Amino acid sequence: MTTIADPKAPRAARPGPGRRSTRGNTELYGWVFMRVSGVLLLILIFTHLWSSLISGEGISQVDFGFVAGKWANPFWQVWDLTMLWLAMIHGTNGMRTIVNDYAEKDSTRLVLKSALYLAFTVVVVLGTLVIFTFDPCPAGAPMDLLPDVCSDLP
Amino acid sequence: MATAQTEQRTPVAAPRRPSRGLGTLYRGQEGMWSWVAHRVTGVSIFFFLLVHVLDTALVRVSPEAYNDVIGAYKNPVMGLAEAGLVGAIVFHAFNGVRIMLVDFWWSGTRRHRLMFWVVVGLTVLVMAGFLPRHLMAVFGGE
Ligand code: HEM
Repeated sequence: MTTIADPKAPRAARPGPGRRSTRGNTELYGWVFMRVSGVLLLILIFTHLWSSLISGEGISQVDFGFVAGKWANPFWQVWDLTMLWLAMIHGTNGMRTIVNDYAEKDSTRLVLKSALYLAFTVVVVLGTLVIFTFDPCPAGAPMDLLPDVCSDLP
Repeated sequence: MATAQTEQRTPVAAPRRPSRGLGTLYRGQEGMWSWVAHRVTGVSIFFFLLVHVLDTALVRVSPEAYNDVIGAYKNPVMGLAEAGLVGAIVFHAFNGVRIMLVDFWWSGTRRHRLMFWVVVGLTVLVMAGFLPRHLMAVFGGE
């Protein structure tokens, strides 16, 4: 005869990853961050899509001159930089949640999260460098590919 | 004995079913589908963002290199994929607002289904405005 344990009987603590009750408030901060960054991203991204895909000639206007014309203005540099960082942190944290949901083996999680954090680092560092070291009027480039600001230079 | 004790316990009254449809069942309802869609769109946007930062980084290489690659976004196939991506972002953004309303608005949990359909409606509306504009730029040789 099999005996079913009393459902209310105290259970032995189950060991393993993810079963620690909590490690401080990190997950709470992540939860709050997803919401705060979400609101900001809505404004940042919708404006970004408006200015590159809707206003002017839409996608057909986007070329080196268009990007350079924007980044000649520090306002858009800061705009795009904020968007880059917030979207990458928000997206990476969201992907981390998804990896935690589906990857059950410790080794799988380690591999997937390492790849995720590597991608995060490469993209954020590269994107930041590009925005700050960008030269809208590179020497020797054909004038017709450059933004208007370049022809005003002495 | 444990079994006997379990059997003697008075059964708990079944939770009262809310009047609407399948009641509190989550599976297969708006709540589940909005979650699936939010996840799928979030992942798609993430991968696009990785590519998008890399292609934009070509402005550091040369104007010609950037223009060549960005030219690919203007061909019809990419133009359509891009429209899908804009749709994904618009849905994710509106549904993100819905999630926050469910979390923070006092009557958000009661209205989450309605809000889901509002999100779908707004997404369709924005895309109805965006698609003609975008497809004309992609296909119209404007
Ligand atoms: C446009 C404005 C955006 C808003 C309003 C928004 C809002 C949200 C919210 C509220 C969540 C839920 C977090 C939670 O349940 O704790 C979320 C999850 C997520 N978001 Fe966004 N988000 C936006 C943009 C983005 C972007 C640009 C990306 C990609 C880079 C992204 C990727 C994700 C991912 C991967 C998740 C996790 C989905 C899941 O766990 O199922 N989101 N977003």
